[in-house]
Order: sequence, then C-alpha cells, then structure tokens
Amino acid sequence: MTTFLTYTIIGLVVGAVYSIAASGLVLTYTTSGIFNFAHGAIGMVSAFSYWELRVHRGWPAPLALLVVILVLAPLMGLVIERSVVRRLRGASVEVTLVVTLGLLLALLNLSYYVWDPTLGRPLPRFFDGSKVRLLDVNISYHQLIVLAVGCVVAIGLRLLLGRTRVGLAMRAVVDDSDLLAMNAGDPERVTAFSWALGAALAALAGVLIAPLVTLDALSLTLLVVNAYAAAVIGRLRSLPLTFAGGLGLGLVVTYATGYFPQTESWDRLAAGVPTIALFIVLIFLPPAGVARAQASSRRVPGLPSTVAVTASAIAFAAATVVVARGATLSNLISLGDVLGFGIILLSLVLLTGFGGQVSLCQLTFAGIGALAVGKVGANPLGFLVAACGAGAVGALVALPAVRLRGLYLALVTLAFARFADVVVFPNSAAFGSGDRLAVDRFELGPVSFAGERMYFVLLGVVFAATAAGLLTLRRSSFGRRLSAMSDSPAACATVGIDVTRTKLAVFAISAAMAGVGGGLFGGLHTGVSANDFTMLGCLTLLLLVVLGGIGHVSGAILGSATLGVIAAIKPGVAEPVQRILDLAPGVVVMLVLASVPDGVAGWWGQRVESIRAWRRSDLRSPTQEARTDVQLVG
Amino acid sequence: MSSLSVEDVTVRFGGVVALDAVSLSAPDATVTGLIGPNGAGKTTLFNVITGLQASSAGAVRLGGEDISSLKAHHRARRGLARTFQRLEMFGSLTVRDNLLVAAESRGVPSPRAAVDDILARLGLGSLADTRANALPTGTSRLVELGRALATAPTVLLLDEPASGLDDHETEHFGQLLVELAADGLAILLVEHDVDLVMQVCSTVHVLDFGVRIASGGPAEVREDPGVQAAYLGEEVVA
Repeated sequence: MTTFLTYTIIGLVVGAVYSIAASGLVLTYTTSGIFNFAHGAIGMVSAFSYWELRVHRGWPAPLALLVVILVLAPLMGLVIERSVVRRLRGASVEVTLVVTLGLLLALLNLSYYVWDPTLGRPLPRFFDGSKVRLLDVNISYHQLIVLAVGCVVAIGLRLLLGRTRVGLAMRAVVDDSDLLAMNAGDPERVTAFSWALGAALAALAGVLIAPLVTLDALSLTLLVVNAYAAAVIGRLRSLPLTFAGGLGLGLVVTYATGYFPQTESWDRLAAGVPTIALFIVLIFLPPAGVARAQASSRRVPGLPSTVAVTASAIAFAAATVVVARGATLSNLISLGDVLGFGIILLSLVLLTGFGGQVSLCQLTFAGIGALAVGKVGANPLGFLVAACGAGAVGALVALPAVRLRGLYLALVTLAFARFADVVVFPNSAAFGSGDRLAVDRFELGPVSFAGERMYFVLLGVVFAATAAGLLTLRRSSFGRRLSAMSDSPAACATVGIDVTRTKLAVFAISAAMAGVGGGLFGGLHTGVSANDFTMLGCLTLLLLVVLGGIGHVSGAILGSATLGVIAAIKPGVAEPVQRILDLAPGVVVMLVLASVPDGVAGWWGQRVESIRAWRRSDLRSPTQEARTDVQLVG
Repeated sequence: MSSLSVEDVTVRFGGVVALDAVSLSAPDATVTGLIGPNGAGKTTLFNVITGLQASSAGAVRLGGEDISSLKAHHRARRGLARTFQRLEMFGSLTVRDNLLVAAESRGVPSPRAAVDDILARLGLGSLADTRANALPTGTSRLVELGRALATAPTVLLLDEPASGLDDHETEHFGQLLVELAADGLAILLVEHDVDLVMQVCSTVHVLDFGVRIASGGPAEVREDPGVQAAYLGEEVVA
C-alpha cells in the first residue's frame, strides 16, 4: 500500500507538470491557431536559465524563479509571437508546424551553444529536498510545491478565463478574432498575452520538473511530447480536460515505471507509455467534420512533359556515372548520402508536397527499412520486406489520425518517432543500444553493387527513377486525387473520393519509399545504428526539404544537398562555427518560410515563370490579347 | 417519383437549433428552389444531405433509399452532387482535371470525352488547361458546376451558383439549369437572386431560422405574407 501511495504521489507530481505544460500549449493554440512544437524547448531554456541564475550565479531561489518565470519566459513568448507567429497568419498548417519545429531546433541548438551539453548541471530541489511524512509516505517539499502550483495554475486559469476582462477577450479571440476587433478589442494584444502566459507556463513546468530529472536539454525539450496526449484529451481546447488528462497520464506513466518488471526492455516500454496513451486517445477521439479548403499560399509547380521527365532522369543518372568515375571514394560516400537522403526526402515530396499530409517520422520509416534489409539481406526480397514493412507500419501509425485534422497526424507521427527512438530501435532485437547493425550493399543475382562507384550509380539511378516516377504519378488518376485532396477534402468527399483511404494509401506508399531509401542508406555505410534514425534527425530532414521546396522533386535534392554540405564542412571548422551550422536550419526556416512558403525550388520556379510570362506579354500584340478573352457561358 | 427527400431533419449546435424538423423533396426533372435569409440553415441542410454534417434527427432518402448513415463519398457515388457557397475548388489542378478527377472517382466510362462534353456545354472549353486557382469567382462557380456534373449525378444541389455572374451570364445560367432538369436531373437550388429562382423553379421552399415556413409554386410563395416578412420583405412589397 505504501508503495502504491508513493507511486501515486510521484504520478500526481509528474501529472501536474504535464498539466501545466499542456495547458500552456492549449492556451497558445486556441488563441493563435498555431500549435507550438517549441513549447517544451521554451521550458527547457527556462530551466537552464534558472540553473544559470540559481546555481551558477548564486541568486536566491525566489528571485531566480521570479526573473525566469515572470520576466524571461514571457519575454520569450512575446518575442516569438511578434517575430514569428504574426507572420504566420493565414499560412497553411504544414508551414506553421515546420516554423515552430524550426524554433524547437533553434532553441535546442542555442542551449547547446550557451550551456555545454557534456557538463552535468545538478539543480537543487526546493528547500534542499526536505520531506514531510504522510500516511507512511515521504513527500518532499518540492513535490508538495509542484502539487500546490498545479492546483493554483488550474484554479488561476479558470478564474482568468471566466472572471476577468482579459480572459473574456481571450475566449473571444478563440471564437472570432475579427469580431473582437470590430468590437474595439485588440486580438493581436490578446494573442501576445496568451503567448507570454503560455511561455510562462512552459517555464514553470520546466523549472518544476528539472530538479526531479536530469537537466538535459533534449529530454526536457521532449518532455512536452508526453504532454501532447494530455492536450489531445482536452481536444486542444478544453483546459479542465487537459488538466485531468495530464494528471491521469502522470499516474499511468509512474505506475508503468514502478510496476513493470525491472528489465531494460520493460523500462523502455514504460517510457513509451505516453505515446501509447496518445494513440489510444486518438482512436477514441470523435472525427472532425471534413476539412474545407483553406486559403493557402502554396503554389503547385506545372507538370513537365513525359519526354522532359524521361530526359531529365536519364541525364541525372548519366551525371552520377560521370561523378562516380571522377570522385574520390570518401567524396562518393558523402555524395551518396545526398542521394540516399534525397530518396527519403522524395517520400516527403509525395506525402506533403503532393498529398498535403504531414509526417514527422519519415526517418523512422527509413530506419525500419534499414532494419529489414539488415536482417533479411540486401536482395530484392530484403527491399520488398523493407518497403512492405515500412508501408504497413506507416499505415498503422496514420490510421488513428487520418480521419482527424492534419495537426493530429503531425502529433502522432512525432510521438511515433519518439517511441521508436526510446522503445523500438535501441531494443536488442532491432539495432541494439549503441550497437551497429551490418547492412550489405544491394545484390541482384550475379550483379553486385558492393563497390563504392557501382553503389553510387545505383543510388543515382534509384533517385532519378523515383523522381521521374513521382512526376509521372502526378499525371495519373491517383496523382489528381492527391492534389484534389490537398486542395479541398470536403469537395473530394462530395465527388465520391474516399478521403480517409486515399490519405492512408499515400501515407503507406510514402513510408514504403522511405523504407527503401533507408535500406539503400544502410548499404552505403555498410551498417546503421539507432542514432542514424532519431526523432531530431526526422525534424531536421523535414526542415531541409521544406526549405528546398517540398512541392518539387528538386526540393528533395536541394534539401539533402544542404545536409550534405553542412556535414562536409562541419568537421573542418571551429566548434563555435559548428554550433552555428547546427543552429542554421532552424533559424533560416523561422525567418524565411513565412515569406517563401514554397522553398528555394518554388521561389526559383516562380522567377522563371515570371520571366517567361513577361517575354510572352512582350511578344504578344494587342489584337492577340483581345482574342484570348473568353466568353464564360456559351 | 421524388429523387431526393429530406424528412424531419434536425441539427443542433449546442443549444442552437440550426434546422428544426425540416422536410422537403426535390423531384426528378425539375428545379426546386430553397430560399431564406442569411443564417436560415440552407447551407447546413445541404451539408446534412451530402453527409458533411451529421444531423441530430431525421432522414435523407435518395431514390427511396435511406442514405442517412452513409459517408459523404458513398452518397456521391449513389448520384448526389453539389456545389459550395464558399468555393471549394481543386485550385492546383487545371479546369479539365477538376472535372476529370470527379468523373474518374465516379467511374464514368470514357471520362475524358465526358469531361470535354461538359466543358463545351458550359463554355469552358478554352479554359480547360487553365489552373483553377487563377479563375475569377463567377467562372469558378461554373467549374464547380461542371465538376458536379462530371460525377453523372441524379440529384444536384447548387449553393448560390449565380453569385459572381453578371446579368447576361445569369440569364444563360438559368437556361442551362432548365436544360439540365429537362435531361432528368433533380436540382435543388439555393440562390439569393430571387428573379432567377422565380424564373426556373417549379417549387420553392422557404427556410427561416431553421424552420420551413412556406412551400409552393413561385407565385404562391411570392404572395405568402410570412415569406414577405421573413425574407423577400421590402423587395417584393415594393
């Protein structure tokens, strides 16, 4: 009984932290329409700032808390709202989430820049860990404070939203910000206040939990992934349900950790409980209405002719032959990475660029593919298993979320990437913790691609064929259906398209493509480990392909080339520059994506199109222009 | 025989009753009007009929079959098509592909030929290869109509199809509706252009605050004092 009570207290403490973090997330989401994936990173930076003031500079705890929670964090929220959120008004879901993911990566790398991640930073508990004894259970003052703060936040938010003028304005901005503006309210100020308050809540959660766990930038940032399930229980809008969900989740996680057998595998599974909870919650969440068309700044590139596609693919493959003959072996591996990642990124071009669906776990599918090829063999059967295995897992992951809005798909895929990170890949049946799984290079009967040069050509041919295949697919009936689904799911349903099935199909195909890419990537390095397919890697890849231009096959190669360039120059530069290189993708995405939502390839395509249009108009006579006028109804 | 019938459909949003036991029918080969002031529940009723909005009570029948429990795409495959008041274009596709995707998903034989016929009928032939998001509103509404027709429907729901058209185009559009009905289609028309409704509809239903307040021929509805008070008001009285 005492053990159970102890676990219950710990569970409520952890749950209170989840609840505080999740309520901040819900608050900012409902008032701005932007789900802040960097919410945990704000909490993490705040916890480190608290360590800096409290431990490193020796400030008294109350003063350090006051400065971090009531000054620094709200300021961070305001700066983010002013510099990032406002520019995202009217942007598509994929742009908003990629921008906040960029913010997450930027804050994470910023913390590495400021606080050396290799050093340990113990953070003392409040009142130096003093305890009281209640019902035979030792409860620390720190735990009591966390519980009390949880209650105060729950009651405080309820009073704020229900009894105050600013709370009324916050609810009004959720309902209709334009109407609020017409009634002399200021929606922008209300949203800014919500972001400041949300950031303060993130900071509070970070400062409260950091002394109970290790002060580690990554794990604190990702702690909020656990809070997603709580936020989803509240359907991303109800604070009381979010609070209840957070407490429940904290209890379940703690009971799992406490009562599961004390083996490595069970420990990992316990760590994956929040993801499993998220899946279960999503399964029981009632479906939203069919999504209507949203104003999107996304421009879809024109369709090149079949001849142009074929010629380009052959030229690309031929170019890889030339490079394979001339480049050094070490350069071939680096360039091979560009092609390998390029193939994986093409799967995102299909899924997000063409189909309008979001995946934050594409590299995880690549890991499943590499695992299949490593275990089954680098032969056609191995790659078939890689494609089918990754495709099947992809469909299973997407299944609970595809009937809901796009954001839920992002949440569930991110949670799955984390689940694979923590539970699946480190398992000894998979890659093993810190181990490396040997992956051979592809063989087709007597034809072996074991040599670096042959393998590079193989990667080039597969990339070119996949890119050509995607462009051809856009001309097909399925390709039209994908574009239609991306533009207006509601209209799709009313012309007889099964939107859920189409989403599942494209998700499975794209996961299968990533699986094959992962298998090829594994062969390039003749082995892989769990570290090759991390959740952070997934996010970086997504950011790079979005910067390259996710609606374009050239965007995939631009994205992977950027990754290749960063990887190539990083070892040769000083450490501060290395840190800046790590920071760069996130910062660039934050700064430019709102203005250039189609990425570099899209921007370039528009420039070329404008020049062509200008030339045409210059050559066209006024009589010709008149002839193009159209009688609308004949 | 009535191709589409709606029986006692009720929709509640929390405490608000958006539709209160609304019943009406749209027979084959006729244009039936559905009018009412803004917020009367016309679009909500369209959403319920097409399966985009669940009803709290009531039934929707297509050719006598109760389709209330079917998802939107299954209803479309049974011959129900619609256009939207707030445009729902496949903006990244060309005009031809907007229609083609509809014809293909419905399994229309020789979809390309069928689509070209519809484009020609609507006068959209010269715009076939234009990206749909580059079109003005009036033309986009025609494309939505073409897309609905490409599914070879038996019942067609049109939500404000003439807004954005000029007088000349509206007149042509009215003729087109009459022709389509003559081909056997059951058309349910929501339209703010009262003249167009009175000109092409054989029966008109009037909704107000989610309640059907009148039904009958255009002249009958025009004279109904309740309708005049609720909707037509000054325009007709004057």
